[in-house]
Amino acid sequence: MASAAVVQRGVAPRGATVGPAVRSAGLSVLVLAVLCAVWEAYKWIGERAEIRWPFPVNERTMPHVHDMVGQLFEPSRRNGPLLIDVLLDAAAFTAKEAAVGFVLGASVGFLIAVALSQSRLLQRGFLPYIVASQTVPILAIAPMVVIWVNPKLPESFADWGAVAVISAYLTFFPVTINTLRGMQSADPRAVELMRSYAASRWEILWKLRVPASFPFLFSALKISAPAAVVGAIIGELPSSIQDGLAGAILNFNQYYVSSPPSLWATNIVAAALGIAFFAVVAIAEKLLVRRAPENVA
Amino acid sequence: MSSPPVAVAVSGLSKRFERGNVQALETIDLDVRPGEFVSLIGPSGCGKSTLLRIIGDLIQPSEGTVQVNGKPAHQARIDRDYGIVFQDAVLYDWRTVARNISLPLELAGVDRRRRDERVREMLELVELTGFEKHHPWQLSGGMQQRVSIARALSFSPALLLMDEPFGALDEMTRERLNNELLQIWQETGSTVVFVTHSIAESVFLSTRVVVMSARPGRIAGIVEIDLPQPRGPETRESPRFAEHITEVRRLLRKGHADEAIEGETEAPLYVAEEGL
Repeated sequence: MASAAVVQRGVAPRGATVGPAVRSAGLSVLVLAVLCAVWEAYKWIGERAEIRWPFPVNERTMPHVHDMVGQLFEPSRRNGPLLIDVLLDAAAFTAKEAAVGFVLGASVGFLIAVALSQSRLLQRGFLPYIVASQTVPILAIAPMVVIWVNPKLPESFADWGAVAVISAYLTFFPVTINTLRGMQSADPRAVELMRSYAASRWEILWKLRVPASFPFLFSALKISAPAAVVGAIIGELPSSIQDGLAGAILNFNQYYVSSPPSLWATNIVAAALGIAFFAVVAIAEKLLVRRAPENVA
Repeated sequence: MSSPPVAVAVSGLSKRFERGNVQALETIDLDVRPGEFVSLIGPSGCGKSTLLRIIGDLIQPSEGTVQVNGKPAHQARIDRDYGIVFQDAVLYDWRTVARNISLPLELAGVDRRRRDERVREMLELVELTGFEKHHPWQLSGGMQQRVSIARALSFSPALLLMDEPFGALDEMTRERLNNELLQIWQETGSTVVFVTHSIAESVFLSTRVVVMSARPGRIAGIVEIDLPQPRGPETRESPRFAEHITEVRRLLRKGHADEAIEGETEAPLYVAEEGL
């Protein structure tokens, strides 16, 4: 059957997704290697040609890549644990805050979008304030969030609960805007079909608009996931939390003159955490959206 | 009597779109008998899609009434009397073929076992057995349209409304699906109102062809098609088929002498019909 042959061809690439995944991972490694090489080349030339602009190139401004990575496996202080162990502990602490913040922000953002999708009037009234909420610098509201949230939290959330809320504050916005757009992206004829099946407003929402918004929702989640990590790190600053990455960043900032690679190493770990958050969402999208599982609609 | 004498009764129907100030339809009167296959044909802007949408209670008329099986169009929609097929299949990408077909049944509260049974019957009817687990984007355009037809028929609606369902397909696929649609129509005995641009398609499929003229949309004339049933590829070669085509073409010319109609295609006149 000719038609079956067409379909077979359509299915085949899905089984072969391992190949492209390996190739794209290989490409990322290659790009990383090239970036490191450019860094080292600039440093090598800069030191010999005594480049002064935009900054003088030396061991302090541009440490060797191998020094940054090597620093991870040096003791963090005399007779102390390895730097990487300290940073991984800090990253785990920040990850906990960011994960709670991300889930909270994504849920709230999604619910706001669903509510606003039900009325043009609500949208016109509330959207400007939702946009305005993102123009307020997070550092300006963080202390207030700490004062409002922390006293009311149960023991297990004490201290870091406020950080999760700050992280959620940065997460919800892209989710709301994109989900709203996604729900409006549903084909008008699909809405007409739903009406011809005598579907209720609620059924049109859950069986059509929400599933139609999923590709948009996941684009938003991919933006929000690393933002949740940034939000958690920034949220730790005014909360005076020492156990997270913000504590490590502040600490190594102070010792930058004596040991520049330590701060760079911290940045590498923070970036890796953001990438890990992104990767989790990207994998979830692959599993949920393209293959359209039973629980989507 | 289980089936009322008139399946669709359109009387004194007018539609004016305030936006753009377009008189889409003017005093349309049309009766469709149960089990009939009626095609609406006419140039762009003659309001044939608008008429179909009003019959389906998707838009409201400015004047006049639509009765479906003796009740107002709105009640007919609530009672799930309509199966609608558009030019594009409009399938849900996130649902499998089987779950696309069963969507109207889900909404009607049909239990799972009966749903599965019905999906199997429908897949057999449109000759897609074995494709239930596929997703729409894995199917060709013709196959997608067959899924769309299966979905429209899944809940056995009293009336099948089709808006240029094969307009986006190539000529060969279109003719094959025409044959299949006729078979389905005879097996299910449903009433069909079918909008098309193609004269040959309208003559081949219909028991009656309603020819419309544009600006404002009016009925220019109705052609009774007396080609014997069942119809097949040989029907298209019969002299009577050619005569009917000529008849429809003459009515189209008469309806708007100033607009060029060439064969089955027409001058692509932009009129805010589909968009509204």
